[in-house]
Amino acid sequence: MNLIIFGGLLGVVMMFGGLLMKQKHQATLLATVLMALLLVLNSWELYHDPVFVVNTKDMLETTRFGLLLNEIMLAAGLIYFLLSGRDIEKVGNHVAEYYALMFFIFAGVGIATSYTNLLMLFLGIEIISIPLYILTAADKRNLKSVEAGLKYFLMGSFSTGIMLMGIALIYGGTGSFLLTKFSILGAPMSYNLVGGMLLVLVAMAFKVSAAPFHFWTPDVYDGAPTVFTSFMATIVKVAALVAFVKLFEGSYSIIEGKWQMVMAIIIALTLLIGNITAVFQQSVKRMLAYSSIAQAGFMLFALFAMNNWGKEGIVLYAAAYSLATIGLFAVLAKMEDYTFNGFNGFSKREPMIAVALTIFLLSLAGIPLTVGFFSKYYMVAAAAATGGKYLWLMILAMLCAAISVYYYFRVIQAMYFKDGEIVSSLPVAPAFRYLLIGVAAIVIFLGVMPQWILQYLYF
Amino acid sequence: MILSSFIFIPLLVGLLLFFVQQQQLVKALSLAASVAVLAVVLYAVYLPAGHASLSHSTSWLGSINSNFALLLDGPAKITTLLTAVSFVLIFLATWNNNYANSSSYYALMLLSMSGLMGVFLSADALLFYFFWELALIPVYFLCSIWGGEKRIAVTFKFFIYTFIGSVLMLIGIIYLYNKTADQSFAWNSFKAVVLTAKEQAYFFWFFFIAFAIKMPVFPFHTWQPDAYETSPTGTTMVLSGVMVKMGLFAVIRWLLPVFPDMSDKMANIIIIFSIIGMLYASLIAMKQDNIKRLIAYSSIAHIGLMSAGLFAGNTVAYNGVLVQMFNHGINIIGLWIVVDIIEQQTGIRKMSELGGLAQQAPRLTIMLVIVALANIALPLTNGFIGEFMMFTGLYQYNPWYAVVAGISIIFAAVYTLGMIQKVFYGELNTAVKVVDLKAMQWLALALIVAMIFVAGVYPKPLLQLGEAAGQVIATTVTK
Repeated sequence: MNLIIFGGLLGVVMMFGGLLMKQKHQATLLATVLMALLLVLNSWELYHDPVFVVNTKDMLETTRFGLLLNEIMLAAGLIYFLLSGRDIEKVGNHVAEYYALMFFIFAGVGIATSYTNLLMLFLGIEIISIPLYILTAADKRNLKSVEAGLKYFLMGSFSTGIMLMGIALIYGGTGSFLLTKFSILGAPMSYNLVGGMLLVLVAMAFKVSAAPFHFWTPDVYDGAPTVFTSFMATIVKVAALVAFVKLFEGSYSIIEGKWQMVMAIIIALTLLIGNITAVFQQSVKRMLAYSSIAQAGFMLFALFAMNNWGKEGIVLYAAAYSLATIGLFAVLAKMEDYTFNGFNGFSKREPMIAVALTIFLLSLAGIPLTVGFFSKYYMVAAAAATGGKYLWLMILAMLCAAISVYYYFRVIQAMYFKDGEIVSSLPVAPAFRYLLIGVAAIVIFLGVMPQWILQYLYF
Repeated sequence: MILSSFIFIPLLVGLLLFFVQQQQLVKALSLAASVAVLAVVLYAVYLPAGHASLSHSTSWLGSINSNFALLLDGPAKITTLLTAVSFVLIFLATWNNNYANSSSYYALMLLSMSGLMGVFLSADALLFYFFWELALIPVYFLCSIWGGEKRIAVTFKFFIYTFIGSVLMLIGIIYLYNKTADQSFAWNSFKAVVLTAKEQAYFFWFFFIAFAIKMPVFPFHTWQPDAYETSPTGTTMVLSGVMVKMGLFAVIRWLLPVFPDMSDKMANIIIIFSIIGMLYASLIAMKQDNIKRLIAYSSIAHIGLMSAGLFAGNTVAYNGVLVQMFNHGINIIGLWIVVDIIEQQTGIRKMSELGGLAQQAPRLTIMLVIVALANIALPLTNGFIGEFMMFTGLYQYNPWYAVVAGISIIFAAVYTLGMIQKVFYGELNTAVKVVDLKAMQWLALALIVAMIFVAGVYPKPLLQLGEAAGQVIATTVTK
C-alpha cells in the first residue's frame, strides 16, 4: 500500500523537483534519496500497518509475498540508480522526468503485486507499461530508440487490448472481476471463462516476453537506451511475472491437467528459443536480451508448478536475476563496444569490475555458490514436486541451462583469456567499482544462505 | 571441526593468496597450507572407527532440510588422503616453475583442493552437488589462463561436457529428494529411498552419466586427452591424479548404495564398456608420439579397470579399487612430474624428437623407470596389489572379462616401456640439453618412489583403510 501511494507521490515530487534543479546530477541525487525513502517505507509495511489506511473494497490485498517482492525490486532499483545514475543523465535533457516516470512505474509495480481484482491488474500493468514506452524512445535523436519505442507501443497496446478482451470474457463467465470468484467457485467451466483466461494468459505472456509472444523483446531491448533496457529487463519483467503468478494462483485447480500442458509448452518454447538464439548473437546487449527471454522461461516454472517451491523460487529468482542483470548492464552502458570482442582483455583493464562481472555471469548461468544456482534449483524442484509426469520438461530446462553456459562464458573468456587492444580503464568513479563488488558479494552471500531472504516470506 | 578444516584451510588460504604479491611467499604459503591439510588428514585417518570427529553436521538450509554434513568413511579416507598428498607433491614438483600472475594460479589451485575435499566428505546430496561444481570452476580458469595452445576451446569442451553431466545429476538429486521418507538430502535418507523399477532405471543413468563423464569411461572420454594435453602440468596432475577419482568415489558413495538393484542389473553393460575403453585407450596409447597424450590414454585404460572393478560386485574388487585409487593417483603424478621436467627444459613433447636423455640425467631416468614400472603394475610396486585384486574380482564375476581385460596389461607394458626407450635410451639428440633434477623435484619424486615401494611391499595399512567399506558396499549390492 505504501509503495502505491508514495510511489505516485514521489514521482510527482521528482517531476516538479526537476524544475528547480539546474544540474543533472542533482536530479540523480534527489532520485536516489527518494528511492531509499521508498524502500524504507515498504520495509516499514513488513512489520507495521501502512502509513495511510485505505479501504480498498477488496480490490487490493497486502501479502508477504507481494511485499517481499516489492522490497527486492526496490532494492534493485536503488542499486540501479546508484550504479547507472551517471548514464541516465547522459540519455537526454529531461533527467528528472525519467526518474519521475520510474517512480510511477514503481507505483504500478505496487498494484501489480497486490491486486485481487482483474481491473486492478489491468491498471497496474498499464501504469507500468505507458511510462516504459516513453523511456524506450527517450533517446529521441537516435532512430533506433524511436523505432523501438514505437514498436513496443504498438505491440504493447495490442496485447493490452487482448487482455481487456480476456477480462471482459471472464466477467461474462463468472459475473465478477474478483480473482477469488473464479478460483474458489470451482464453477462450471464455461466457454467464456476458459476463453477469457486464455486471452489473459496470452497478454501476460507477452508482458514477460515468453515465447511465442517474445518477438518484440530483442528489438526493443536492443533499441532502447542501455540504461533503460536494464530497468525494463529486470524490475519491470519481475513485476509482470509476479502479477502473472498471482493471477493463476488460485485458479490452478480448475483446469489443472490442461493448464500444465499449456504452460509446459510455453516454457519449453521460451527456453529453447531464448537459449538457442542467444548462442548466435554477436552483441552482448542482444545476447542479454535473449538471455532475459531464456531466464523468463525458468521463472515461468513457478506458474507451471503453483506450489510453495515455486513461490520461493520467484523470490530468489527475482533477486538473482535483477542483481546480476543490473550489474551487467551498468558496465555495458559504459563500454564503447557492445560486441563480445569489446570485452577482450577486460580483466587487465578493470580487474575489480571483471571479477564482479564474472560472478554475475556465473550466477546467471546457475553455477553453485551464487544465488543463481538456488533460484534455478528451486524452480526445478517446484516442477519435480508436482510429480514425475513432466520429467522431460525438467531435463530440457537443465540442458538449456547448460547451453546458457556457452554464451555467458563467452564474455568470461573474452575478459580473461583473450588480449584486447584498449588499455585505458573505464571512465567510472572508484565508488562504482566498490559498489559493483558489493553487489557481487550479495550474490555470493545469497548463494550460500538463500534462507536469509526466504525467511521474510514466513514469520 | 577436524573435517571442516579439510575444506576451510585451503579455502581461506586460497582466498588470502589473491592479495599476496611476492611470488616466493605465495609458493611457500600454498605449500604450507597443503602440508597443514595433510597433517590434519593423517591425524583424522588414523582415528578409530566410530570416533565422534569422523562425522560432522551443522544446519545449513533448514527449510529444505539440507545440512552441512560431512562424513569420513573408508573410501573418503583414501580419497582425502590422496588429495592432501597429491597437492603437497604438486606444489613441491612445480616449485621451480614460474607462472605469470602466480598468486592467482596458486589461489585457484587451493580453491580446487577445497572443492575436492568437499566432494569427498559431503554426506548431503545438495552439498555434494555444490562441491562437485565448485571443484570444477577453479580448474576451468586454471586451464584456460595458463594452458597451452587451443586452450580456450579445449577447456570449454571439458567444462560443457561435465556441466551437462552434473545438471542431469541435479535432476536426479531433486527427484530422489522428493521420494525420501523425511524430505531430506542426507546420505542416509538417500540410501533408504524406495524407488520403482522404472524410476531406478531412469535415475541410475542420470547419476551414472555424470560420474562416467568425470572418470571418464568410454564413450564419454573424448574431452580428456585434449584437456590433459593443454592444461598447465600442475593442473593436469590435479585433473588426472585426483579429479578423476571424484567420479569413482561418487559411484561408491552415491550410486551403489542408492541404486543397489540397478547397479547389479547394469553391471554387465558397464563392465563391458569399461573393458572396451581399456583396450581402445591402450591401443591408441601405443600409437602416440606425444608423451602427454600417451599418459592421458594410459590413464583412461587404468580408470576403465577401476570402473569395471566397482561393478564386479565382490569385496576383493572393491578393495582393489580403493587401493588402486590412491596408488594410481600417486603414480600418474609421478609420470607428469617427469614429463613436466622434460618439457620445461627441452620444450619438446614428441618422443620421436627426444632420445638418450639417460646419459644427461641419470637420476631422472631411474625415477621415471620406477614410476613407469609401477604404472604397469609390476609386483613389488604399489600398482600391483590393486590391479591384482581387481582382476581377481573381475575373474569371480566372469572369467572371460578378466581374460580380455588382461590383454591391456600387456599393452600397458608395450607403450610404457616403449616410452622409456624412446625418451631415455637410444641415440642422444644433441640439440637437447637436460639438467638433472633440482632439489624440490628430487624431493617430490623421492617421496613418490618411497610410497611406491612401501605400498608395494607392505600395502596392509592402505588396505585396512578401505577394507570395512569394501565389505559394506559388497553386501549392499549383492544383498
